[in-house]
Amino acid sequence: MTTLTEVPENAAARETPARRRRRVDRLPYLLLLPALVIIGVLLLWPLGQVVTMSFYRLNSVRQLRGDREWPWVGLGNYADILSDPFFLTVLRNTVLFAAANVLLTMVLGTLVGLLLNRLGRKMATFVASCVMLAWATPALTGTIVWKWIFDDTSGLVTWLFNALPDGLSNALFGRSDWTGYGWFNSPLLFFAILTLVVVWHSFPFIAVSVLAGLKSVPSELHEAARVDGASPWRVFWKITFPLLRPVFGILIVLSTIWDFKVFTQQFVLAGGTQDRPTFMLSIYSYAEAFSPPPKYGLGAAIAVILTLILLVVTGFYVRMVLRQEDES
Amino acid sequence: MKKVALNVAGLLVALFAAFPVYWMISTSLKPSSEIFSSTPQPVPAHPTLAHYREILTGNLIPGVSFLDFFLNSAIVAISTVVLSGLVALLAATAVARFRFRLRTSFLIMLLVVQMIPLEALVIPLFLMIQRLGLYNTLPSLILTYLGFSLPFAVWMLRGFVAAVPKELEEAAAIDGASRAQTFRRVLFPLVAPGLVATSIFSFITAWNELIFALTFINDQGRYTLPVAMTFFFGRDDTNWGPVMAASTLFTLPVIIFFLLVQRRMVSGLVAGAVKG
Repeated sequence: MTTLTEVPENAAARETPARRRRRVDRLPYLLLLPALVIIGVLLLWPLGQVVTMSFYRLNSVRQLRGDREWPWVGLGNYADILSDPFFLTVLRNTVLFAAANVLLTMVLGTLVGLLLNRLGRKMATFVASCVMLAWATPALTGTIVWKWIFDDTSGLVTWLFNALPDGLSNALFGRSDWTGYGWFNSPLLFFAILTLVVVWHSFPFIAVSVLAGLKSVPSELHEAARVDGASPWRVFWKITFPLLRPVFGILIVLSTIWDFKVFTQQFVLAGGTQDRPTFMLSIYSYAEAFSPPPKYGLGAAIAVILTLILLVVTGFYVRMVLRQEDES
Repeated sequence: MKKVALNVAGLLVALFAAFPVYWMISTSLKPSSEIFSSTPQPVPAHPTLAHYREILTGNLIPGVSFLDFFLNSAIVAISTVVLSGLVALLAATAVARFRFRLRTSFLIMLLVVQMIPLEALVIPLFLMIQRLGLYNTLPSLILTYLGFSLPFAVWMLRGFVAAVPKELEEAAAIDGASRAQTFRRVLFPLVAPGLVATSIFSFITAWNELIFALTFINDQGRYTLPVAMTFFFGRDDTNWGPVMAASTLFTLPVIIFFLLVQRRMVSGLVAGAVKG
């Protein structure tokens, strides 16, 4: 198994200093150098830089190029953001959206994973192939297709609602003619469709990972429990879940991180960065920085807040895992 | 009875997952009269390639056609793949074949940097690209995507390198091969399939990316496909036939590549999670 703890060489390395110095080999460091430089310059340096930028008032590209002064504002950008009631809306959108999407993705993905494990071989291959299609489709084109499905004149959903008997449609929704209905106009409906798109994209990964986990668990345990008359619900919570707990942990963290920073789907569905009521942190940061008038410092501060939230999520998870390992 | 219920559930899942992809291809093959008819046709009644002809031969802006955007995307993605594959192979060899003091730290760093929200790096990387004078050039994107794809590429390739039996290299060394020769003649051919799989991931990362391409490129003639698609097809009066044709052309290479390597993706992302 590929874990990080597989380096037993530490003991061997604790030899006499003289011998060790003789055996130091420059080659691995040389091989590593290009990768270290690239990661350092393109990932770590910008991570530091975004924090630095968040302390300055940067409102023009010429400042970025270094042609003009960078006025230091300390925590001014953060104060501006946190005192703006709009930030609360954005934060609420982000957190609720992420929570709903992680939950739905995990539940649907796990159910599909369990289902794939129970299906016959041919059927499982067929369903898994279809599920793969959703996973493989780029976020961009997947979203464009969903947008077409929800098109207000010829979209499939508009047609389906028009096809409802008028009486029923009136009784349920208070309208019978859905042609021209703006599916994306109310924030709540917008988020519902965005959730559909994001869950559609992300449940396959969960399903396939859960399936891979299930295959690694000896099936005798499940069979024994089933023979003893345990319900599927009990089998899942008493046997499957505890065995796959590490897998679920990683999947939840990955999903949380992905759903907190959804950008492409939202950008395409909203048709740009104009739809402020549906802003979430990543698109808010982008819009502040790049929609005229540019506010790079403010955008950077929002990006830092997003990163900090993700850091806390990851930290919580690590602590949770460590505590569980202590107890067992 | 239970079997039937399971199979029905399976079919519903398959329908939900695959339908949008089917609908995209199906719409792209319908004449406009069918696309905009009041009763949707599940299957194109009169299939036509007219929309494909339209986007492949017409110009979206004067002098720039869909194929130009396709080419821009291909240049960026292939350059990313080559550079990232090369650098990742060197680094993967270092961590899989040598024991050195910073090895574990490097591996942990690889995992940690993959958790960095890339969306948070748009602003500082925009600054860097401006300073380097790379704004509005394709190399700005190649550089960016190289950074994004590298950590996962190293992580994935190291498994492939480690899987090559060390004895083969030792045998080559005993036969008098130099380190460079061993690398080229023994290790490289055996790792090649892994390199292909890794390259496909880097390709998909670069091919699909939208935000950075949107931010770093100003000149419409240099747009990559994703940017061109949001720009030209994001209007209200969307003409869905050509849009679906363009989406299909954009999606197909990704789906084909993806299906070739998806197994490795799962094992790469959740590696070490199951105590087997």
